[in-house]
Amino acid sequence: MSPTLAGLAQVGLLVVALAVCYRPLGDHMARVYTTDRHWKVERALYRLVRVNPDSEQRWTTYAAGVLGFSFVSIVLLYLLQRLQPLLPLDLGRGAVEPGIAFNTAVSFVTNTNWQSYSPEAVLGHTVQMAGLTVQNFVSAAVGMAVAVALVRGFVRARTDRLGNFWVDLTRGVTRVLLPIAFVAAIVLVALGAVMSLAKGVQITGVDGVQRTLALAPAASQEVIKELGTNGGGIFNANSAHPFENPNAWTNLFEIFLILLIPVALTRTLGSMVGDRKQGYVLLSVMGLLWAALLSVAWWAESHPNGVASLAAGAAMEGKEVRFGIPSTALFAVSTTGTSTGAVNGTHDSLTGLGGGVTLLNMLLGEVAPGGVGAGLYGILVMAVIAVFLAGLMVGRTPEYLGKKLGRREVTAAAIAMLAMPTVVLLGTGVALLLPSTTGALNNPGAHGLSEVLYAYASTGNNNGSAFGGLTVTSDFFQSTLGVAMLLGRFLPILAVLALAGSLAQQRKVPATAGTLPTGSPLFAGMLLGTVVLVAALTFLPALALGPIAEALA
Amino acid sequence: MKSLTNLLRQTGAGLRVLLVMTVLLGVLYPLAVWGVTRLPGLRDNAEGSVVRVNETAMGSELIGVDPVDPRAKDNPTADRWFHTRPSATVTDQLGPDDVLPSGGSNKAGDNDDLRKAVEERRGAVAAREQVDPASVPADAVTASASGLDPHISRAYADLQARRVARENGIAEQRVRDLVAEHTRGRALGVLGEPGVNVTTLNLAVQREAKR
Repeated sequence: MSPTLAGLAQVGLLVVALAVCYRPLGDHMARVYTTDRHWKVERALYRLVRVNPDSEQRWTTYAAGVLGFSFVSIVLLYLLQRLQPLLPLDLGRGAVEPGIAFNTAVSFVTNTNWQSYSPEAVLGHTVQMAGLTVQNFVSAAVGMAVAVALVRGFVRARTDRLGNFWVDLTRGVTRVLLPIAFVAAIVLVALGAVMSLAKGVQITGVDGVQRTLALAPAASQEVIKELGTNGGGIFNANSAHPFENPNAWTNLFEIFLILLIPVALTRTLGSMVGDRKQGYVLLSVMGLLWAALLSVAWWAESHPNGVASLAAGAAMEGKEVRFGIPSTALFAVSTTGTSTGAVNGTHDSLTGLGGGVTLLNMLLGEVAPGGVGAGLYGILVMAVIAVFLAGLMVGRTPEYLGKKLGRREVTAAAIAMLAMPTVVLLGTGVALLLPSTTGALNNPGAHGLSEVLYAYASTGNNNGSAFGGLTVTSDFFQSTLGVAMLLGRFLPILAVLALAGSLAQQRKVPATAGTLPTGSPLFAGMLLGTVVLVAALTFLPALALGPIAEALA
Repeated sequence: MKSLTNLLRQTGAGLRVLLVMTVLLGVLYPLAVWGVTRLPGLRDNAEGSVVRVNETAMGSELIGVDPVDPRAKDNPTADRWFHTRPSATVTDQLGPDDVLPSGGSNKAGDNDDLRKAVEERRGAVAAREQVDPASVPADAVTASASGLDPHISRAYADLQARRVARENGIAEQRVRDLVAEHTRGRALGVLGEPGVNVTTLNLAVQREAKR
């Protein structure tokens, strides 16, 4: 079979697998976040931590929960790294430097999982499991909780209560992430991945030379890394490492896990608002963007234009033979369209256009289909903006999902939408002004600029993938990228919760002849246009200097 | 003032929730997964798919380790082994690789340093195999993403077969048969790309040479 046909069949299999899980998982999550029944273990947990699961919170308290929980998470993760020598299974790797420890703590708590360290050299098994794996779960559960709170804002009327953050957080873990992750981890090992508590295994090659291969408890972290759209690898090479992603089966399985929850959450939305079409509209926009960007990346990687790629005969630098071009492009587009950032090939070595696609995918605000929870609230914010723009054009008060969008709602949505571009452009601009940045680049010319833009786009969007050649160990990069992750995560979350609080207080407005129907293909087109237009107006100049210049050279 | 107390109260609750989650997700969950992988059938995978010959761990079938032949030091054409792809974890253009760190070069397709490296590698491979440089395939002159890629393309394996047969005193057809045996196609006929596993192929060559 030709590589193209095989690649298309692979994409087809992926889409079928996602379609099969769409209804059951989407409806399951809708029940998880609406039922008032607690499991026995959950009750025990609530008693242990002394929270009343039946008391609902205002948006401010809900937000205080998110912020407080994230704050203590950063502190604990920082301390675990700094005190590593005191922990068991530290593998003699010593205390993590303060700069790396801060950056890594922020990175994993904000669901970014940007890695400025080489795990094989820096982290022992305990920090990986008790520190990073935990944040892989809970940062994803926080994203889902915020998305659900926003959906409740649309569903509820005349209340100042959005739900209980601790209940939403706990249920996201106990009823969604943990059961799927446990089964998936066993499946991943059965398919070939590593799950070992040993430091490594000593081998004697055919040449008689003794070498040590590093081992790690990889599978348990690998699955939640994908399922929770986190992305931080237990090995430096991330999902390109054969122990994390040994073959084409595991590769497809990992891509499936990346897309599973973000896709199914659109069904959850449709179920919760009682109009499935609303979910389909959002999903179609996500799917169209994903398919379009995948096509471009796939074509670009098959038609390289750089001098080195031409000299080699194919763009195989930074790619694994077992994945080749189609599976690498598929992974790259899926990981940057969500907030995952795991990679099965080095993005820095993608072609000018292919790398530009991964960059653009993040700059669209990661809505194709977006991170766990973050994708849903991201696209809902864009939908609010789209309805508002449409309202301006025809001169009517905009309404979405039965709620009027007044000054407060649109302001909150605008803040949620503009936070990321501000962080990305300011960060990139300041970094480019510094003479020291030139020395941090791994590649000359337009691609060097792309490396810096990619770093802030990735951290500002909580993606975590990198044009990894950029040396980010300086205090400047460690701290500004850390701040970019914090602002890129919590500014939109606060704005989204404020939006939810404001929506919940309104009464429902019945749809009239003057209401823009948002369950239609027409609205899907408008939403798609809004997403593309906002990103294009904001980032075209920067993209022109980086990847577009490289692609046209 | 009231909002500050609220924030502090929520932070306290956050700390308690985090500690419980750390025990559940950071200790119980990974240990439970680890426990299940102790079952026969999963255990070998979990410990790195190690290939043993007479109880000696010879390598992992998942990890590409570029073998070093001391005879090839002065004369590369006297090298007995199939070679993996170049690795970015070494300074020398064609390895041997260091297997502890993993990672790629992160060089861009338009990087002139990478172009030079590619051309050097092409020259070195062509000289070692005594073939036309134009016949050296792309995977032989580019570094993988992991630096540990166990696979090479069928074209690169075929290119090396003649030398390996000659230097090990095995019939060339036999080596070509071994290459075919260690070639893996696409899973289900559609997933991933075909490749030849260098680690298991070299072990088979070694076995054949000892006969």
